[in-house]
Amino acid sequence: MLAVKGLRVSVAGTEILRGVDLTVKAGEVHAIMGPNGSGKSTLTQALAGHPAYTVTAGTATYDGKDLFALKPEERAREGVFLAFQYPVEIRGITNSYFLRSAVNAVRKHRGQEELDPLDFLQVLEAKLKEIGWDDTLMNRPVNEGFSGGEKKRNEILQLAVLEPRLALLDETDSGLDIDALKTVANAVNKLRAPDRSFVIVTHYQRLLNFITPDVVHVLADGRIVKSGGPELAHELEAKGYDWLRTGALVS
Amino acid sequence: MTGIEAQVQQPYKYGFVTDIESDVVPAGLNEDVVRLISAKKGEPAWMVDWRLKAYRNWLKMEEPHWPNVQYGPIDYQAISYYAAPKKLPKLDSLDQVDPKLVATFAKLGIPIEEQKRLTGVAVDAVFDSVSVATTFQAELAKFGVIFCPISEAIRKHPELVQKYLGTVVPYNDNFFAALNSAVYTDGSFVYVPKGVRCPMELSTYFRINASATGQFERTLIIADEGSHVSYLEGCSAPMRDENQLHAAVVELVALDNATIKYSTIQNWYPGDDEGKGGIYNFVTKRGKAAGKNSKISWTQVETGSAITWKYPGCILQGDNSIGEFYSVAVTSRKQQADTGTKMIHLGKNTRSTIVSKGISAGRGQNTYRGLVKIMKGAEGARNYSQCDSMLIGDKCGAHTFPYIDVRNNSAIMEHEASTSKIGEDQIFYLRQRGLSAEDAVSMIVNGFCKEVFKELPMEFAVEATRLLGISLEGSVG
Repeated sequence: MLAVKGLRVSVAGTEILRGVDLTVKAGEVHAIMGPNGSGKSTLTQALAGHPAYTVTAGTATYDGKDLFALKPEERAREGVFLAFQYPVEIRGITNSYFLRSAVNAVRKHRGQEELDPLDFLQVLEAKLKEIGWDDTLMNRPVNEGFSGGEKKRNEILQLAVLEPRLALLDETDSGLDIDALKTVANAVNKLRAPDRSFVIVTHYQRLLNFITPDVVHVLADGRIVKSGGPELAHELEAKGYDWLRTGALVS
Repeated sequence: MTGIEAQVQQPYKYGFVTDIESDVVPAGLNEDVVRLISAKKGEPAWMVDWRLKAYRNWLKMEEPHWPNVQYGPIDYQAISYYAAPKKLPKLDSLDQVDPKLVATFAKLGIPIEEQKRLTGVAVDAVFDSVSVATTFQAELAKFGVIFCPISEAIRKHPELVQKYLGTVVPYNDNFFAALNSAVYTDGSFVYVPKGVRCPMELSTYFRINASATGQFERTLIIADEGSHVSYLEGCSAPMRDENQLHAAVVELVALDNATIKYSTIQNWYPGDDEGKGGIYNFVTKRGKAAGKNSKISWTQVETGSAITWKYPGCILQGDNSIGEFYSVAVTSRKQQADTGTKMIHLGKNTRSTIVSKGISAGRGQNTYRGLVKIMKGAEGARNYSQCDSMLIGDKCGAHTFPYIDVRNNSAIMEHEASTSKIGEDQIFYLRQRGLSAEDAVSMIVNGFCKEVFKELPMEFAVEATRLLGISLEGSVG
């Protein structure tokens, strides 16, 4: 599904990622953990194509395609989805209109017919039912006046409707209370599928209490310094990150 | 230029010139020219006298320089004050309109031929100094609605014109209004009789074609007691390196329980990227909500002109009368706009609403200037003002000058203002959901303007959103 090799990324002239290798197979859930400033968010932004993140070396192959040769919107239409840590507000545009525009951009790309508002409503209702949510957010302007939890929930709802093949979750758990965390995690679990992979960036282990990853990676100082199974997350929770950082320097 | 800026600086689509034989009066302005214009229109003596009075006043006035715009001196003697196609149809016979004119308006999306007319919209088509066609006149007459060129109204309905002309914008109101009063050529006249709800949208399309001319149209709309009318004007002009002056006057009068909704989609040639050429749009528009419970609502979408100077206002004279102003003003390239409104509260329990959206891109400068005045007798008056500015790129500017003058302590005033910038993060968010950069900007701008677009008649909301290069559905979704 995704193969990242030797990835180096700079932001405003400062190198943040210094050679990242990552391979994610179809259906797998990978967790990327690490201390603040280690480059976790940079990895997801670079994969999604944010113009402020400059790829200086390395490759990323997604579904056999050179990911970095695609514009951000082309990556999205090909099935790469980023759940943002800080979703932006769009004044005057309802969530449902926004989401329908996004769905239709993807459908158009696939050569499918675009959905009119009524068709879309049916698709939306089916999705909401699937993840067990109501539609109270749909007629409000995109993220405007949303609480932190509502914004994160809205990102996951978009994920559900857009049905990506590669979902990147950037600190989706930050700012959530325990109930909201469970709600979001349950939805993600329901969206796990054999042909859909997840890369979940998180600072804390607590999200992984509800979403069991296949692989856990530790990112420190711009490199993946350790990879392991779900038990690695528990180890990190107990020991912190410092022992790995020192280890990285030695190796 | 960033990608975002390129989106809002689309080429001007209406810059063509129609090759047509025209009768153009030599450049220059004096009393003989004023008399000549009046004679060409076959006007009665009272009209000539009124024009001359305005002209003599104008000579004593000075061009205003308080707006926040910059331009070189205008040579009023270098402008021709009258230009008209030579072959004009006889009155009431649309079939005789010169095919070149029909083709011109068709190209602008304004069909004036019988079979292709916009359903539900009556159009008065003004080409340079004259009206060349007015559709649905007979249909409207069945309801007692008069919709015709003002030159025709002066001949056919002199009592109405004499009673109301200059009562809202006097001939000596300001420099450009005085100039207009002296040399105005055509424009539309509307009268909606008591208790009639005008059965269709009325609209006028103004086209400047001849070079080195000015367009000075005058519109007068009267809504008698209990009537209702919705009117829309559109406009465009060829691309030329010279600046052309457009100094119009619009007067609205709403009597007891009457409503006038006036919408403008202004798309005059804005000049090139370096600020060469373009229309100077110096316009005086004012409505008098003269009667009790009357209402005047202005909606404007200003995308064109090198310089825009206009403040559509309301004099809220009748008790419980309502004034509204909804505006989207876009300045890109090197355009300058100084626009806003005046709400003058005279009657008791009068209410006004101002919603202004300024979008600046390229090297555009956008100024909102508004006055809310609550007079002593305006017990219980209320105003709500909202001024939002959006900046696209870092070479443009947004300025806000709200003036408030309250002379009655019972007034309730609310003012909100905001400035935002379309940022890379916002665009990226939308692109990450599969929208192109172009569609992303459209969606953001469309959402920003939503409160104004929803005030436009449906047919014209489409036109307005298209003008901004944006999709309509966002504003109605």
